Amino acid sequence: MELVLAVAIGIMTGCGVWLLLRPRTYQVIIGLSLLSYAVNLFIFGVGGVKSDEPPLLLEGVSTASISDPVPQALVLTAIVIGFATTALFLVVLLASRGLTGSDHVDGRHDSR
Amino acid sequence: MMQWTQHLIILPILLPLLTGAALLFVAERNRVTKSMISLASCVFLAFVAFLLLGVTGSESSFSGVYLLGNWASPFGITLVLDRLSSMMVALAAVLSVPVLIFALARWHSAGSHFHSLYQFLLMGLNGAFLTGDLFNLFVFFEVMLTASYGLLLHGSGPLRVKAGLHYIAVNLAAALLFLIGVSLIYGTAGTLNMADLAARIPTIEPDRRMLMEAGAAVLGVAFLVKAGMWPLCFWLPSAYSVAAAPVAAIFSLMSKVGIYIILRLTMLLFTDGPSAGFGSNLLLYGGMITLAFGTIGVLASQALARIGAYSVLVSSGTLLAVIGLNNTAATSGALLYLISSTLTLGAFFLLVELVERCQGAGAGVLAVTMEAYGDADDDEPEELDGATMPATLAMLGICFATCTILLAGLPPLSGFVAKLGILSAMIGVGSIGVPPTGPALAVAALIILSGLSTLIALTRAGIRTFWSSIEVTVPRVLVVEVVPIMLLLSMLAVLTVKAGPALSFVEGAVASASRPMTYIDKVMGEQPLLLWRDLNPQVEGN
Repeated sequence: MELVLAVAIGIMTGCGVWLLLRPRTYQVIIGLSLLSYAVNLFIFGVGGVKSDEPPLLLEGVSTASISDPVPQALVLTAIVIGFATTALFLVVLLASRGLTGSDHVDGRHDSR
Repeated sequence: MMQWTQHLIILPILLPLLTGAALLFVAERNRVTKSMISLASCVFLAFVAFLLLGVTGSESSFSGVYLLGNWASPFGITLVLDRLSSMMVALAAVLSVPVLIFALARWHSAGSHFHSLYQFLLMGLNGAFLTGDLFNLFVFFEVMLTASYGLLLHGSGPLRVKAGLHYIAVNLAAALLFLIGVSLIYGTAGTLNMADLAARIPTIEPDRRMLMEAGAAVLGVAFLVKAGMWPLCFWLPSAYSVAAAPVAAIFSLMSKVGIYIILRLTMLLFTDGPSAGFGSNLLLYGGMITLAFGTIGVLASQALARIGAYSVLVSSGTLLAVIGLNNTAATSGALLYLISSTLTLGAFFLLVELVERCQGAGAGVLAVTMEAYGDADDDEPEELDGATMPATLAMLGICFATCTILLAGLPPLSGFVAKLGILSAMIGVGSIGVPPTGPALAVAALIILSGLSTLIALTRAGIRTFWSSIEVTVPRVLVVEVVPIMLLLSMLAVLTVKAGPALSFVEGAVASASRPMTYIDKVMGEQPLLLWRDLNPQVEGN
């Protein structure tokens, strides 16, 4: 479980960083999305990877066996904010495409 | 019983939020109503900020801790108002009023929702200054950044959109680093409350300490991107120099948010214990390189807005290097420098737009370059109605000369006083008996050199603009555009005269912020209010 999560985060981060460094705006936005998925999974992971454990403190249940609710709350906030900023970035991307006639991040035409 | 002033702590966040939200419902054509509401809110905010400044300045029983939702400290989110944060809130309020007045002349009509975005930016700034919780800090940081994306694009045009695209991409990546840092710290220390974190960090086991420090370093990178430390600063000059004048002016404060948080967290988390002094070498040398880079940039720039943008880097570099020295007296001087340089840069960015108007013909060479990159003045508002300024060129010249003196740090104005405060703590009176260290000497040399090159660059630009321009066109400048600049400059004059009290205030701020124990005790000792339900338990269940 931990290994699968770690590998998934690693692959997404790797792909995200590579795409972020590409010259096309569309690649950049996909890269940022992949990176934010990786970060969300990472936040999820810091609370400890557990399955089938409720984040509830119940009578008679030891605190070691419940899953930590704080990272879940954090990841929810992070997803909402990430979604909003990605949408905003998409608008700027379209504006840039309209103004420069190119989807290069510097607005150049001659790039490959 | 809670003092009524206690509730004022949340007002710098609530007021811009409510004003900004309310302004969304006022139609864009009711521009006067919008401006008046926005301005009234900013003025009231400045009043509240000064009230808070007065309350924290006087030694009273005022605790300055506000428990949101009445949750006890490590569990709920806290707002903490101490001298340092009240100083920053006051600085934001003081800068916001003149900048808004300037924007009312024409810029606020260049696009939609300027006033709402401006208020949300203020809300994010104040929230970032006041919060005592790392994740809440992330939220306010994002509020501030999202508003700033909108403001940077205000006025549109290819140059702004291009710089905005880079700005947003860099800041989104930095926000992700912020999240990684925060979650690593949470995973190792088990808390996000800054006071609780400060109490727990000295007791973290060595095997987890490395991870915690890695988290803090990743978090620090996110703030350094905002503060513009070399090599994380290449987005800054182009973004700041193409932004609309009032936006660039308020952005000069935004780069100080990163520095404020780095200062706050360094003093709170890494003063005592095995991690003491963590990262200060990086701040020192990074700050020195930033200072050198900014200095070269100032000398190399032709356009005034770019000189301003590189001066932001000079200011950031100075502050980071001095913070990295871990010298309390020098840090006090640096805070005074922060106030002075933020207000000066704000005034300078406003002034640049007015000065560039008289370069109509002289900017012919620039225009060729402009054409290659697309015309910047696409959507700029053209209407200029209102009283024009008499003796325009003389006024602009005086303001420009004052800004030059302030930015270069020449006597007699506050730029000099602040730099003297830094330098005397490092190599002057403050270091008698203790020979200054090599890094301190290097920082001092760089600070003096940066002042010299700022002076050279601005004098050159001033001569080119006012004296030797081929064809001086006297621009149409409104009173309402010159008054904000004069307001800012007169505030700096007041700061110069009152430099003694101001310096003792910032010394108090640094002294209280560099004692983590008092901060921890204050925040953790704050008890939630007793509610009616707690006092009458027998009613429960009815």
